[in-house]
Amino acid sequence: MELLSGGEMVARALEDEGVEYIFGYPGGAVLHIYDALFKDCKVPHILVRHEQAATHAADGYARATGKPGVVLVTSGPGATNAITGIATAYMDSIPMVVLSGQVQSHLIGEDAFQETDMIGISRPIVKHSFMARRTEELPGMIKKAFHIASSGRPGPVVIDIPKDITRPDAKVEYEYPKDVKMRSYSPAQRGHTGQVKKAARLLLAAKRPIIYSGGGVILGEGSELLTRLARELNYPVTNTLMGLGAYPGTDRQFLGMLGMHGFYEANMAMHHSDCILAVGARFDDRVTNTVAKFCPSAKIIHIDVDPASISKTVMADVPIVGPVQSVLTEMLTQVAALREKEPNLPDQGALARWWEQIEEWRADHGLLTGRRYAQSDQIMPQQVIQSLYRATKGDAYVTSDVGQHQMFAAQYYPFDKPRRWINSGGLGTMGFGLPAAMGVKLAFPDMEVACVTGEGSIQMNIQELSTCNQYNTAVKIINLRNNYLGMVKQWQDMQYESRYAMSTYEDSLPDFVKLTESFGHVGIQVKKLEDLDDAMDEAFSLKDRLVFLDVFVDPMEHVYPMHIAPNGSMKDMWLSKNERT
Amino acid sequence: MRRIISLLMENEAGALSRVVGLFSQRGYNIETLNVAPTDDPTLSRLTLTTIGDDLRIEQITKQLNKLVDVVKVVDLTEGAHIERDMMLIKVRATGAARDEVKRTTDIFRGQIVDVGPSVYTIQLTGTSDKLDSFVAAMSDADVLEVVRSGVAGIARGEKVLSL
Repeated sequence: MELLSGGEMVARALEDEGVEYIFGYPGGAVLHIYDALFKDCKVPHILVRHEQAATHAADGYARATGKPGVVLVTSGPGATNAITGIATAYMDSIPMVVLSGQVQSHLIGEDAFQETDMIGISRPIVKHSFMARRTEELPGMIKKAFHIASSGRPGPVVIDIPKDITRPDAKVEYEYPKDVKMRSYSPAQRGHTGQVKKAARLLLAAKRPIIYSGGGVILGEGSELLTRLARELNYPVTNTLMGLGAYPGTDRQFLGMLGMHGFYEANMAMHHSDCILAVGARFDDRVTNTVAKFCPSAKIIHIDVDPASISKTVMADVPIVGPVQSVLTEMLTQVAALREKEPNLPDQGALARWWEQIEEWRADHGLLTGRRYAQSDQIMPQQVIQSLYRATKGDAYVTSDVGQHQMFAAQYYPFDKPRRWINSGGLGTMGFGLPAAMGVKLAFPDMEVACVTGEGSIQMNIQELSTCNQYNTAVKIINLRNNYLGMVKQWQDMQYESRYAMSTYEDSLPDFVKLTESFGHVGIQVKKLEDLDDAMDEAFSLKDRLVFLDVFVDPMEHVYPMHIAPNGSMKDMWLSKNERT
Repeated sequence: MRRIISLLMENEAGALSRVVGLFSQRGYNIETLNVAPTDDPTLSRLTLTTIGDDLRIEQITKQLNKLVDVVKVVDLTEGAHIERDMMLIKVRATGAARDEVKRTTDIFRGQIVDVGPSVYTIQLTGTSDKLDSFVAAMSDADVLEVVRSGVAGIARGEKVLSL
């Protein structure tokens, strides 16, 4: 067996794990590891400009590919800077392995230079964490970390590695384990057949059914099966913010996103439904509005790989714990078997009436069919997203930051494929978009990658323009510039009589064109609607360049629909500034 | 409703902090907590009491089960079980109170484990209720210090919590 140092083991284990990129930043506690990477490691390392960006880039990579993202940071500030990105991944169940350096074992607990209790700080925001104590533990620990991060309900795993156990002169035998056995960790492998049967019966008896699917369907690679089930039954589908793309966004059966800024027809259909099939969704407060008023007449079937997600906020009538792929496969079989026995299921007359009602809602206030957003003499933010959709033929990877632009992108860029829409849904992390886009572009260099952002969010990780220059990651940044923290302003308009407490930059914003140019990229400013499409086309015609498209949009626009809170139900929405359901 | 949740976890650094952290992170309450290694040195047994409705207790057990260091979880209050809490209590024992404290201790089947010229230290084992009653019965005496182990519990009959 080969003798390797701890540092060399880390490098080798990442190779053996088939890692494509390491996103990281060196520092004292990880220098032995970095030296091993430099000397002999096939895995390229991407040097970010801030550790938060390393985690977001690894996160974007993971969301786009389905493979765990890998981060390497030093102790102390390196580790704490990574925290926001770890929390972001945790909230959206993204597989990630974070290797953090730690001070030497004998210094732990002595408030040594750049010491921080990474295991303690990260504890509430990781799926699991390991503290390495001996060099020979490293291969098994790394194997376990990747296994835990990517199986069951995925999530981030931290390995904290004291500097002394990576010492180059202390070599021990290295063998990367082939498989993992853990007596305390065994995620569900398949759903309970009896429960699936019960669910199939309930689903076929429905008169006003709806399929409500979330990020779990994308994470569990269940999109195809979900689409097949929906089409076979001709049932309407709505996706959560995290689930967009799990069902084709341009399909007739798709009602759009649901929730706080969901489509009118999606929220109405949910509220009036008599049977909800929830798949890989978690009844988040941004979906349900007031839980006590949530979908009063619906029976709820809830499929999730994480039992703790079931009946957490909304009680499920038929809970099914299992991976979406195996449960949906079995569901298709059960549905087919039941229909063979009772071919008149589901009730086609009732279903036709339900669709008639849905089409009426869609025609009245559907964002993409009926209702049009208000127009002004300025560019409307929605028009920018529509222009982006046109220029990329609806086939780009779109990352976003957090705020109004995120909601406009989710509403006006219908995604036909899973893993194309990449945003921080659970934690709502501003500054996510650009580094995430870097991660996606590195994974798919030949694909178009756009980062839809606002001038608030982009400034939270704008230093990554420098990283994009170093690695020539030619993403397109679409900045919806309104000189306000738009979503904060919207709430201040609606709830604080337009007192804009600290939500405007006045005239302090940088010249984004010059700024982008100084980083070696291309900047384009757009102020008039008639220039928008040309500028968008120009941005995407510059294949090998990062382009920052700074688009001045109407600062007064709000995102609608918007759930009325507190005490509202799914069907209670503002439809415009002066119109409500 | 009061519940006694008992679990086996890996006897590893950090495992306890994950369990305790879960409770504070999710706003669950811990009334008592007791933890020690078992006959298998790789496993620790942790028993805690908490208060909550069925929905909350279900969430607590699910969330505990999700922790990678936790091997098995059981809600002992779901079936017949034995619970024991151990208390050491130091009371002022002078004059007439000296006899009275001794008598009450006998009634509760406690033991005086340390005697000083003016204090008794009493050991008492039983359910949390029994210990509460004893402290209440001492209300006339001068209670100087109370220390309790927290509830440990085990199911009655054949049922065992093991691997």
